[in-house]
Amino acid sequence: MEYHTSFPLSSEMLKKLQVNDVLYITGKIFTARDCAHMKMRTMKPTDLPFDPSVMGLYHCGPLMKKEDGRWIAVSAGPTTSSRMEEFEDILLDRFGFHLIIGKGGMGQRTSRALKKTGSVYAAFPGGAGVLAAEKIISVSEVYWLEELGMPEAVWILEVKEFGPLVVAMDSTGRSLYNHV
Amino acid sequence: MDQKHLEEGILQLIRKAETEIPPDVIIALKQAHSVETGAAKIQLEAMLTNVEMAKKKRCPMCQDTGILTFFVNVGTNFRETGLLKQAIEKAVIRATLEIPLRPNTVDPMTSTNHGDNLGSYLPHILWDFEPGDTVHIMTLPKGSGSENMSALGMLSPSAGLEGVKKFVVDTVKKAGGRPCPPIVVGVGIGGSADLAMNLGKRALTRPVGTHHAEKSIAHLEGELLEIINKTGIGPMGLGGKITALDVHVEVAHRHPASLPVGVVIQCWADRRASMVVHNDGSWEVR
Repeated sequence: MEYHTSFPLSSEMLKKLQVNDVLYITGKIFTARDCAHMKMRTMKPTDLPFDPSVMGLYHCGPLMKKEDGRWIAVSAGPTTSSRMEEFEDILLDRFGFHLIIGKGGMGQRTSRALKKTGSVYAAFPGGAGVLAAEKIISVSEVYWLEELGMPEAVWILEVKEFGPLVVAMDSTGRSLYNHV
Repeated sequence: MDQKHLEEGILQLIRKAETEIPPDVIIALKQAHSVETGAAKIQLEAMLTNVEMAKKKRCPMCQDTGILTFFVNVGTNFRETGLLKQAIEKAVIRATLEIPLRPNTVDPMTSTNHGDNLGSYLPHILWDFEPGDTVHIMTLPKGSGSENMSALGMLSPSAGLEGVKKFVVDTVKKAGGRPCPPIVVGVGIGGSADLAMNLGKRALTRPVGTHHAEKSIAHLEGELLEIINKTGIGPMGLGGKITALDVHVEVAHRHPASLPVGVVIQCWADRRASMVVHNDGSWEVR
């Protein structure tokens, strides 16, 4: 099935999404890689300057440029999700986001957490940075830029029809990465 | 020779590598697209669209603009060898601002990002000499998604070529979808630990679809490609027929008691570009 939908994702919608479904999503996503994950692991939802529960998490370290005082995404494909494996179950549980976008897949721990929280992992084609940047209509905010640098900072991105996302790990515990 | 002019050439070399994929890779991706179905085909479709968009918009095709490696072959009669290193470094600083590139050089002790893609030992420049009065420079920007999947095996010589094959295939299986398949696999066999890894990376400078000149090595490349494509990992690890676009092997003689194998995996965005610099300072990016 192919779905075109927006945040917030209802629990019915999340349940409906199965491995191999294709998804195009509209709304807000926040980027977080290794450093942001390590930081968020030590924080409570009320400590954060943004609300992950109304967004999707995007494993991405974008290439951005500033033009006339505004940030623009130049190239913004996904980063390797497995590096976040040791943190993601905690973050899913604590911050209430229900869609993870990344590439390359994640392990058992995350799979169990997806099932527990009724969430989904979807893959954006790796390396397709310009295609991803085309779907980013604006950069709403950036946090921890000074401290973490461009790739590791948290970027809040407004996206339209962001995809093609292939549902690769669903809320029933199925994963497309188990075949090897 | 005008250093600014040389810098401009190297800047164009980096821009070409980051924004345009070589034609041999496009052919291989199109071929893969024609045989895949479902999620695998969707990935390849997006990759090919992305390649076109990046070229048209002159934007880096992947946000991970990588760590830059330069293979520099200096003609022994080239007059201005002393200018080359500085010109490369200055071009990298300019490329970071002007293309732009993502700042990717982090101090391992403090984790601070230098912001300009320079740093201790970076960019990595591999020097060699050749007869003549020109300089050939190839750049290979390589992201960490694929680089992190590299592996060194210090095999026992009794493991033989079967052991080498097993190590390469196991490395690819372990990597799964993480290095952005369909990948190109560079393999260095022999030498020392560092030389095997170096040859693995050097193997990636060869165009996709070409074989080693030595028949037995070319045969090994073909065998490895076939086994790897039977793993079913597929584009982006979502399952499929094409896991690798090619396998390239380079060999060095080995110590009687050592059988080093270096495996360097390149993502589908197998970015590389070359230039030639002439003795009068003129250059062409190819």
